[in-house]
Amino acid sequence: MIGGLFIYNHKGEVLISRVYRDDIGRNAVDAFRVNVIHARQQVRSPVTNIARTSFFHVKRSNIWLAAVTKQNVNAAMVFEFLYKMCDVMTAYFGKISEENIKNNFVLIYELLDEILDFGYPQNSETGALKTFITQQGIKGQLQTKEEQSQITSQVTGQIGWRREGIKYRRNELFLDVLESVNLLMSPQGQVLSAHVSGRVVMKSYLSGMPECKFGMNDKIVIDKQGKGGASDDAGKSGKQSIAIDDCTFHQCVRLSKFDSERSISFIPPDGEYELMRYRTTKDIILPFRVIPLVREVGRTKLEVKVVIKSNFKPSLLAQKIEVRIPTPLNTSGVQVICMKGKAKYKASENAIVWKIKRMAGMKESQISAEIELLPTNDKKKWARPPISMNFEVPFAPSGLKVRYLKVFESKLNYSDHDVIKWVRYIGRSGIYETRC
Amino acid sequence: MQALANQLCENRQFGSKMTDSKYFTTTKKGEIFELKAELNSDKKEKKKEAVKKVIASMTVGKDVSALFPDVVNCMQTDNLELKKLVYLYLMNYAKSQPDMAIMAVNTFVKDCEDPNPLIRALAVRTMGCIRVDKITEYLCEPLRKCLKDEDPYVRKTAAVCVAKLHDINAQLVEDQGFLDTLKDLISDSNPMVVANAVAALSEIAESHPNSNLMDLNPQTMNKLLTALNECTEWGQIFILDCLANYTPRDDRESQSICERVTPRLSHANSAVVLSAVKVLMKFMEMLPKDLDYYGTLLKKLAPPLVTLLSAEPELQYVALRNINLIVQRRPEILKHEMKVFYVKYNDPIYVKLEKLDIMIRLASQANIAQVLAELKEYATEVDVDFVRKAVRAIGRCAIKVEQSAERCVSTLLDLIQTKVNYVVQEAIVVIKDIFRKYPNKYESVIATLCENLDSLDEPEARAAMIWIVGEYAERIDNADELLESFLEGFHDESTQVQLQLLTAIVKLFLKKPTETQELVQQVLSLATQDSDNPDLRDRGYIYWRLLSTDPVAAKEVVLAEKPLISEETDLIEPTLLEELICHIGTLASVYHKPPSAFVEGNHGVQHKGLPGSAGSAESESPDAVSAGAATEAPAAVIPSQGDLLGDLLNLDLTPPATTGPLPHSGGMQMGAMDLLGGGLDSLLGGDLGGSPAMGAGFGAPPAAMPPAFSAPVSGSLYDLFDLDNGVGMPLGSFCPPKTVWLPAMKAKGLEISGTFVRHAGVIQMEMTITNKAMSVMTGFAIQFNRNSFGLAPAGPIQVPSPLSPNQNIEVSLPLNTVGPVMKMEPLNNLQVAFKNNIDVFYFSCQYPISVLFAEDGKMERQVFLATWKDIPNENESQFQIKDCHLNSDAASNKLQSINIFTIAERTVDGQDMLYQSMKLTNGIWALAELKVQAGNPNYTVSLKCRAPEVSQCVFQSYEAVLKN
Repeated sequence: MIGGLFIYNHKGEVLISRVYRDDIGRNAVDAFRVNVIHARQQVRSPVTNIARTSFFHVKRSNIWLAAVTKQNVNAAMVFEFLYKMCDVMTAYFGKISEENIKNNFVLIYELLDEILDFGYPQNSETGALKTFITQQGIKGQLQTKEEQSQITSQVTGQIGWRREGIKYRRNELFLDVLESVNLLMSPQGQVLSAHVSGRVVMKSYLSGMPECKFGMNDKIVIDKQGKGGASDDAGKSGKQSIAIDDCTFHQCVRLSKFDSERSISFIPPDGEYELMRYRTTKDIILPFRVIPLVREVGRTKLEVKVVIKSNFKPSLLAQKIEVRIPTPLNTSGVQVICMKGKAKYKASENAIVWKIKRMAGMKESQISAEIELLPTNDKKKWARPPISMNFEVPFAPSGLKVRYLKVFESKLNYSDHDVIKWVRYIGRSGIYETRC
Repeated sequence: MQALANQLCENRQFGSKMTDSKYFTTTKKGEIFELKAELNSDKKEKKKEAVKKVIASMTVGKDVSALFPDVVNCMQTDNLELKKLVYLYLMNYAKSQPDMAIMAVNTFVKDCEDPNPLIRALAVRTMGCIRVDKITEYLCEPLRKCLKDEDPYVRKTAAVCVAKLHDINAQLVEDQGFLDTLKDLISDSNPMVVANAVAALSEIAESHPNSNLMDLNPQTMNKLLTALNECTEWGQIFILDCLANYTPRDDRESQSICERVTPRLSHANSAVVLSAVKVLMKFMEMLPKDLDYYGTLLKKLAPPLVTLLSAEPELQYVALRNINLIVQRRPEILKHEMKVFYVKYNDPIYVKLEKLDIMIRLASQANIAQVLAELKEYATEVDVDFVRKAVRAIGRCAIKVEQSAERCVSTLLDLIQTKVNYVVQEAIVVIKDIFRKYPNKYESVIATLCENLDSLDEPEARAAMIWIVGEYAERIDNADELLESFLEGFHDESTQVQLQLLTAIVKLFLKKPTETQELVQQVLSLATQDSDNPDLRDRGYIYWRLLSTDPVAAKEVVLAEKPLISEETDLIEPTLLEELICHIGTLASVYHKPPSAFVEGNHGVQHKGLPGSAGSAESESPDAVSAGAATEAPAAVIPSQGDLLGDLLNLDLTPPATTGPLPHSGGMQMGAMDLLGGGLDSLLGGDLGGSPAMGAGFGAPPAAMPPAFSAPVSGSLYDLFDLDNGVGMPLGSFCPPKTVWLPAMKAKGLEISGTFVRHAGVIQMEMTITNKAMSVMTGFAIQFNRNSFGLAPAGPIQVPSPLSPNQNIEVSLPLNTVGPVMKMEPLNNLQVAFKNNIDVFYFSCQYPISVLFAEDGKMERQVFLATWKDIPNENESQFQIKDCHLNSDAASNKLQSINIFTIAERTVDGQDMLYQSMKLTNGIWALAELKVQAGNPNYTVSLKCRAPEVSQCVFQSYEAVLKN
């Protein structure tokens, strides 16, 4: 299991060091600094073995988090734990920075004591932790016996992510379908790979212990219903169902029920959390198409023309559009002309950055640039990195639609109709690249 | 202005006083003293502040143990935060102050009775972390109570505490009956208690490999599977990892477990998913393949594995390493998922390299076109390692998918045209393999390759090019010129290139004997007389003798048809693969090494294996053993990087048994004159009609034969290779006594003790193998892990099997130093896998570095002086050898026996100073100054070496031989 946990600043100074196992000595702290943080070359692996000690590390801004072990631990678990730890810290004190860590070191030690015992991860749900690990450190004395046992039963219980007795005047929930659409396209416009990875993020402000059921236009479910009888939903709306390649759920979702009936039922945590993640590859709406044209004019000049076409309903507006056109390292000057938005050559990033604030569907726009090159005797040709794009659109490129989210709370007297529900779809670019 | 700035600064400092970061800034003198005063202050707030400062100092590595009593005094407090801080301090320093730690016991015991369950748990959790024997005694009673506490939070903490206590004092845990209580907790009503109990028991069970601690039976399995649905994500991982150790009774049970585990594949936590995959991969082995469910399960595995690739890069890396194993074991799972492994421009390099690996494995006729287009794209990227691997991948595709070979070759030619140095070299290496796979098909490109001859500076590429020239000598008009150009710098080439050059020129000679006799003569004498490398010498002599005795046979042997090379690359050896499948998700699966290779002690080093499928379990195993015994893998394997290109017969990696066709002319004379006897005429006869000039040209004896050779030891050719006889051994070589490397207890009755020795330039591993088991042992085989100096067995181990019970046998295994290299810790550590019909055993041993001291380690005086000055002083290290009663001459003689040569000697103030040099087989020189003073039994050795890490080992050799 995890033998120790260290947090370093960018210089390699240790900010937090917690050792859980006897086989990890103080020298492990230095070994990581010398061999990884101060190593000259780029990190070649997130797992490093130094003198029979294994180090797992992740970086958040310029902070290094390293877990150390001498045993054959579950490596996936260690990384999941490190991410979780970052989440917990962020939930407690915001951004993970040297200053914040130093300011909260007592709290961090307290958390580390709680969420990792002898190197075994324990309950690390922030909702539960916040009930008894507080920054004031006074709660310990004020709790009544009932409160104490409620805390412990929540921390260890089946529903560790929600406490009992939550009350809201207004029962409300917000559903965000956040998708990132990823594309790799060949210069000729052939889709080499495309997929959508989506998340359903929920903010719930519901009283009691509500039982929820979430439904979407999942092909398998719709087909099943279609067989069973005429399905109103699918028939009326005419919306197509979508094929979901795979999905994963927050631990509140009953997985065995999903496995057998493909229904998503759960008791939600209070506040914001990620209900599910999913991935689709079929029938993706690619919001933009990039058509590049690069021409080398002699050895010292490049002509670049890039056309972007928006491919969605004309009534919708895409926002925050940014096209990044890489330029060779030996670029000496760039002249740009674009029809829409602003374009600028950024020498430090070796790219022309073209920004458009808004663009409606079914439109197109173009940029052309002349790139002057310094003559070099470098034999190696320019690698031509792909043109990448960023944008945000107000629909789900996968075609996913939320069909319902039903709330049942039998003990308290509010019904599904009393809950105010908000649904929002946002599609963003993931890695959206076109080779040129 | 300045004042204002100062003011501002001060204000800011004042402002930040409200936070904790100030504790990191106290570095003044007398700090400890001040802290002491503050800790003993009456004011609670001040106390707490002081403890925080102490913890901050502790974190940055300052020693604050002097404050122990003062901190412990703060322990009795109602303030939970303060208490936790004091506990944190205690855990760190209790071990250094065991007596004072006792002071804390009372508070712990009291806290274990506290009405607040959080405090009870905190106390028992902390107590377990204090590794002081006296405290553990006091821990037992409170722990017993806590294990039965009414509050689940306390019970789950106590469960882990049993594992802690077991780590400190295993006997105590057993005596106190905690293990039984822990087992009872598996039936606890609270899922988290169950999960922690499972984790604790699994850990304890690992250190008792044979105990049936976990006692996995259908009832417990049922309990675990139920708890699986209810506990936290981490608990699910503990339980799944534990389930993976179970062996179901039959396929039906196996299926029912699989059915209950599959829902976990949709968990958001990747570790839960991977652990579930592990259980499924293992239990699938037991399912009949014609079962519908088997197919369903296979289909269910692919999507979650693909989903793992959208996780954070570090997890992607872990997932990819595991997918690499899964694809090797069950290629059908991901065969349609090629696209997800396409490399993204911004992927971290470690993700890119792993993806590429998997792409090659998944390449098939169906997807080859896309794959090639991708690979060509990658070959223009920036990262050198990645580009090389991409080029190599193109070559692999050509070999794997015949239909694509032509496209691959033309892609490679395009890449060669880019003239990017490392791309060209990599391309040539893979084209060599393509020639092997498709002989007489693509030779038209040779001309293009030859154009790039000059730009090749890496041994592997040079060797590949030389191989191509030798192999196709008859089609290359100026083959002799090309090879001759390489010959000029023969001694500066790496061994790999030297060996290849030797073979290539012999091939050339056999193909075009008329014009090339001078060349072959030259290379043979370079290889046999001027080289220190035993491999090269041996190969040279064998060729020489082959050519001189029976040139027709030589032609048959050297130009023999080569076996086909396999389509797959770098496959993990099947038994290791099976073991790694059982470790999916863990570090072992990331390193692709068994846990014993990187875990110390006996934690988790038990060997795991896949269960056999219902019908074939028994019948398969004997086959597996015999196949494994034949060293590595099937004969047709592509050399992995770093292997010697072509051994003597140019058959990569074939077992040395094929050296059989050597002329076994028993009575052949060893005299130098006879070496190139008249036999040559018969080869040339046909072509030349026995030109007299020929005979003369070859008759000229080599100027000086090395002593080992000219010594009339015995007439047989084989004596040269019979190293046991110690051909021309000088003084009695130093041979450390044998030590037990593998005790019988750990290896099911197989005991191996051994030592290393260097005889006449050959390193030998001398072993005594004893069978202490009840049954006969057969099928011995040995393999080394990569090590610092590339030590590798020169041939398979020769054990006249079977070895009956209670019998022992002495075996000496000649080693070479051309194996793959990896720096070990310590430097002279060697990890060995030893196999017999029962199992594979792993042990590690250390060889004296003196076995690596080459015979030609005597440096010229001037060179010595210059080198000594040239090596920076920080590379110098000094050692003392105590109680040594030799005079300087005797010491010098003794050292010479292990090839440490005395170059000069001078006497200063009654002190003899010996200047010595030695050379390691990998070309590292070490220089030494040995001070010997009459009457003083303590010697001083100063070592200087460009690679200072070897100094320690070299010193050990000094000490060993001088004290021997």
